[in-house]
Amino acid sequence: MARVHVEATVNGVEQEFLCDPNQSLLDVLRDELGLTGTKEGCATGDCGACSVMLDGRLVCSCLTLGAEIQGQSVETIEGIAGEELHPLQQKFLEHAALQCGICTPGFIVAAKALLEKNPNPDETEIRYWLAGNLCRCTGYDKIIRAVQDAAGELAHPA
Amino acid sequence: MGAYAYVAPQSVEEVVAILEEHASSGDRAQLLAGGTDLLVQMRTVDREPRTIVDVKKLAETNRLELGGDEIYIGAAIPSAVLFENEELKALLPGLLEASDLIGSTQIQGRATMGGNLCNSSPAGDSIPAMIAVGAICDIGNGSGGRQIPVEDFVTGVGTNVLESGELLLGLKIPRPADNSRDAYLRFIPRTEMDIAVAGAGVSVTIEADGTCSTARVGIGAVAPTALLVPAAADALIGTQLDDDALNAAGEACTAASSPITDKRGTAEYRRKVVAVLCRRAANIAKQRAAGA
Repeated sequence: MARVHVEATVNGVEQEFLCDPNQSLLDVLRDELGLTGTKEGCATGDCGACSVMLDGRLVCSCLTLGAEIQGQSVETIEGIAGEELHPLQQKFLEHAALQCGICTPGFIVAAKALLEKNPNPDETEIRYWLAGNLCRCTGYDKIIRAVQDAAGELAHPA
Repeated sequence: MGAYAYVAPQSVEEVVAILEEHASSGDRAQLLAGGTDLLVQMRTVDREPRTIVDVKKLAETNRLELGGDEIYIGAAIPSAVLFENEELKALLPGLLEASDLIGSTQIQGRATMGGNLCNSSPAGDSIPAMIAVGAICDIGNGSGGRQIPVEDFVTGVGTNVLESGELLLGLKIPRPADNSRDAYLRFIPRTEMDIAVAGAGVSVTIEADGTCSTARVGIGAVAPTALLVPAAADALIGTQLDDDALNAAGEACTAASSPITDKRGTAEYRRKVVAVLCRRAANIAKQRAAGA
């Protein structure tokens, strides 16, 4: 099968790769670019573990083909922290908003997208926005509290 | 998944040429919009290799126009982009709510109304809402294109009228008058992330004296395809949308239904619920039309 040549920006870095026409963006990130922070949960768009930003829009990387991102910009969990952890990452740690950790990258990418769109979401807004991210460990309350706390921190940095 | 190819043509002519080439050589070509149904199917029920023809690079499928007479929604525009358009949401609140009900935030970032229609599931939420607002499919092909009402587009479970060499470019919707609005409701046993047990879309025009002068009713998940229910509209037109009229419209929806029993609900339950949804959606549409 003819591989597809793709140029795209991933976490601010120009990348060039070859992918199979049916290879998902998730597979490209993990297997071609070595960015294994993005996880595969269900591979059917139900769990949100593979959430990434594509041209500023939250998407499931398992439901996007690598070939589709030609010329586009991808942000993954690896691009979230600067010199220090992002407040969302820090608050997930402080609130113990994770246990096994498989869902965490997806939750953090999705929550960051929410806070960029709505810096002060209420609990209902957070729960609806994150309804496409499944966590089987925490029961969600800790995640919601971490997101609320991070929103406060981003609005009023300590 | 087997041997695949991926192409992203820049023009409708190019898409049609690729589709026709494949049809004549007997190779399979598959149109791709948001991919939120297609990629799942490629991994589960339908692994057969094919050429994937991405229609997201076309000007036509990305066209979003709110004209004085007509609204055009390109087939490849993600639902999240549509839902952020406040003017569109004010004009077609029911249609936009229907497409917003589909899947998660992540799915909304990719999924398109055009894809929802072409996937042609009996439970596709946006389809009854499109029927309610009188949407027309704008189909591109090698002979100047053709137009067909949404209620005639889907022919069965997962099948539609698109022939080889054809693609859906977008939806043409008559711009609603100031006193005309729509609503869509579906029933699911949870609050989010589920597939409709039943759904109903209603659009009405309400005159100054409170009389309903036009109505369209579409129902979903209660038959092999979403249906236009003219008898339900007839029950609403000329009335004040009082309880008798709403009940008659609901009964017409029940009568038009031929649902199956599955894990989401029994046929009997669906026939009953679709009437309730029709009544409630008509009420919401009425309030919107009166307040618009």
